[in-house]
Amino acid sequence: MSADLEQFYEIFFEESSELLADMEACLLRLDVNSPDLEDLNAIFRAAHSIKGGAGTFGFTDMTEMTHMLETLLDKLRKGELEVRSEMIDAFLKAGDVIKDQLAGHRGEGQADPKLAEEVCEELKRLCEETQTLSSESVKSVETKSEEIPISESISSTSEIISEQLSPTDDSANETYRIEFNGSDLAESVLTHLMSNLRSLGNLDNLTSETGKGHYQLRLRTNKSEEDIWETLAFVVDPGNLKIEKESTEKKPEVKSHHVEEPKQHSSITADYGFFPGAPAAPIETPSAGQQPAENSKSDSQIASKSQTKATAAAPASETSSIRVSVEKVDQMINLVGELVITQAMLAQTASQLDPVVFEKLLSGLNQLERNTRDLQESVMSIRMMPISFVFSRYPRVVRDLAAKLNKRVELRTIGENTELDKGLIEKIADPLTHLVRNSLDHGIEVAEKRIAAGKPAQGTITLSAFHQGGSIVIEVSDDGAGLNREKILEKARERGLPVHDGMTDQEVWLLIFEAGFSTAEKITDVSGRGVGMDVVKRNIQSMGGRIDIESALGVGTRMSIRLPLTLAILDGLSVAVGDQMFIVPLNNITESLQPSAEDIKTVSGEGRLVQVRGEYLPVIALHEIFNLRPKVTDVHRGILVILEAENQKAALFVDDLIGQHQVVIKSLESNYRRVQGVSGATIMGDGKVALILDTAALVMASQQEFV
Amino acid sequence: MTKTILAVDDSASIRQMVAFTLKGAGYEVIQAVDGQDALDKANVHNVNLVLTDINMPRMDGLKLLETLRNLTHYKTIPILMLTTESDNEIKAKGRAAGATGWLVKPFDPTRLLEVIAKVIG
Repeated sequence: MSADLEQFYEIFFEESSELLADMEACLLRLDVNSPDLEDLNAIFRAAHSIKGGAGTFGFTDMTEMTHMLETLLDKLRKGELEVRSEMIDAFLKAGDVIKDQLAGHRGEGQADPKLAEEVCEELKRLCEETQTLSSESVKSVETKSEEIPISESISSTSEIISEQLSPTDDSANETYRIEFNGSDLAESVLTHLMSNLRSLGNLDNLTSETGKGHYQLRLRTNKSEEDIWETLAFVVDPGNLKIEKESTEKKPEVKSHHVEEPKQHSSITADYGFFPGAPAAPIETPSAGQQPAENSKSDSQIASKSQTKATAAAPASETSSIRVSVEKVDQMINLVGELVITQAMLAQTASQLDPVVFEKLLSGLNQLERNTRDLQESVMSIRMMPISFVFSRYPRVVRDLAAKLNKRVELRTIGENTELDKGLIEKIADPLTHLVRNSLDHGIEVAEKRIAAGKPAQGTITLSAFHQGGSIVIEVSDDGAGLNREKILEKARERGLPVHDGMTDQEVWLLIFEAGFSTAEKITDVSGRGVGMDVVKRNIQSMGGRIDIESALGVGTRMSIRLPLTLAILDGLSVAVGDQMFIVPLNNITESLQPSAEDIKTVSGEGRLVQVRGEYLPVIALHEIFNLRPKVTDVHRGILVILEAENQKAALFVDDLIGQHQVVIKSLESNYRRVQGVSGATIMGDGKVALILDTAALVMASQQEFV
Repeated sequence: MTKTILAVDDSASIRQMVAFTLKGAGYEVIQAVDGQDALDKANVHNVNLVLTDINMPRMDGLKLLETLRNLTHYKTIPILMLTTESDNEIKAKGRAAGATGWLVKPFDPTRLLEVIAKVIG
């Protein structure tokens, strides 16, 4: 059976991780003063589901922890206990422990059993402590609750249930007769079992020597039949287990078989059971109501025969998602990329055909183009994931950090459903975490300072994501102190960075991304060690993105990260230099123009500048960089493509503009080696390779020439 | 004749494990993720037995039980509660709602088949 179950482990792990994340989200938004019952229920359900799965798949450590969670949560949702913030803390800790345990079972690291025990103890303490505190109110709740009328109504309708339900009154001990076959149990297991039973009450062993493993016990206890059953069930085969209640005045010796027989039904046969008289209950408990059930069942079976066939296809729609490895998806994207290239090749060849003679072929090719584009889009969308995958981790980060720094902070998230390439999602998490921590540590002030500045005591950090053009923008903004221009400049001078008072705010803000730069007055263990912001910038640049800062002293700071939607496809402008073609990423282009000769200025015989609307921009001659023979060498006879990257502008001098394409990016590094000024390559419709320009590097290089 | 079982559980791992076990034993299995989903599916399929979890979002197992029992077609179909709650309160509520019987999680696949065989043979 274990081999059968293993195939469901992965589903269970996945599911539990999701449940834990849900639970955490619910916990974090739970208002301690007026907890939402729906949230409490959801948290309870999550713990409950994990417990169920953990039990089924045999992960006992998780069962224990979730059981404790469940017990406390159950009391909370029933209103027997009041939610307190230390409970939330304990729940979060428990969630962490379960996460570790889950990772342990997955073979990724190990859970700390000591920590688990501690958290378990804490939950237990919370459960009991509060119980004694509010025991009176609990009692009144209990008497008021509907449970009693329910059990009464049951006892009147059901002889079986009523017996099982008999309230376990502390004063009224019951005597149970327990019989089971223990012939296949080890001695040690039996000893353990006996001692467990003994702990429940007075145990008499009535087993006869000749019993051949058939055990007969008598237990006098104030515990319920259920409790005894639970003690035994995991050791003894429930099919061989019989527990029944004896009336206290009756001596066991008097008990004879004919008394036992009719009572058979009242024993808990196993971990399952049927209600006598219930619809379709099996023959074990024959009843009048059962006959029609049998009849209608066979009727429905005949009627359903044709329909069961139809249901065979149904399971596919039952699971709303399937798990596929990323490699498979990437392989598919690659193949679609090839298809796009082939299609472009066909289109190019066909463009030379006579449209009248080849009308059908051409319309077919048009259709192919549409289908290819749709296919490409839908394949690309497979890799897209909502940014909530990343955003969801921050409530916890903010909560923990705010507590540590003794600040009051609210985190708002906007646009969680904005989709982003999976590869980017994974890479953006760390830089974003750093920005959030940074905002919390340096941005948001402590409550007293905020109040003194006339702001609400609670600071706000807003995470938002939205699409803009072909990019996705992720913003981290806070209503904190804002960046201090003077302090940054002073620090930069200390570090020996090239700064001057005439720098624009934008330029000053960008200084914080320099390596080793930190303006924190004292170094905290949160941030302020000066490592990070430069790494943040580098990470974002390596994703083909950029980061901008807006800040106003005393009002707040907003950091915006702009990323390409995907790493695999690029919107580009193709340009020609000589017989070569290059792709310029479209989002770096501001405009293209043909300059007049008098706008071109030559500086010290080397570099050239072009005046565009009163602004002098360095001219990058592509043929010089790549050592090509161009068709035109005079700048005013060619085309200038104005590039913008890193807030710097430059003019790219090329022979001609060819057109706008969506190109599939192929890595040059993995196929050849890194080339300065080139970020990748693509295959064009005619089968030729075109290099994709690294605009940021080109612009930066051109700036350096003129500094 | 293949019998159809409607397996209702919000936990995908347990649901799929149940489905796997039942299919292996030759039953047709329809899966539902909660009470509401089960109700929708119960209305379009001919089901011979319903196996339902109790604690579920949207519509829980008890409500599902009650609602199903109010449908003509489901008045007499066996409905088993599959639940981690072993306490009698839940059983009593289940019985009041019209359950045929209960099976406590965690369970063994063989035990599941055994119980189901008792009900629908």
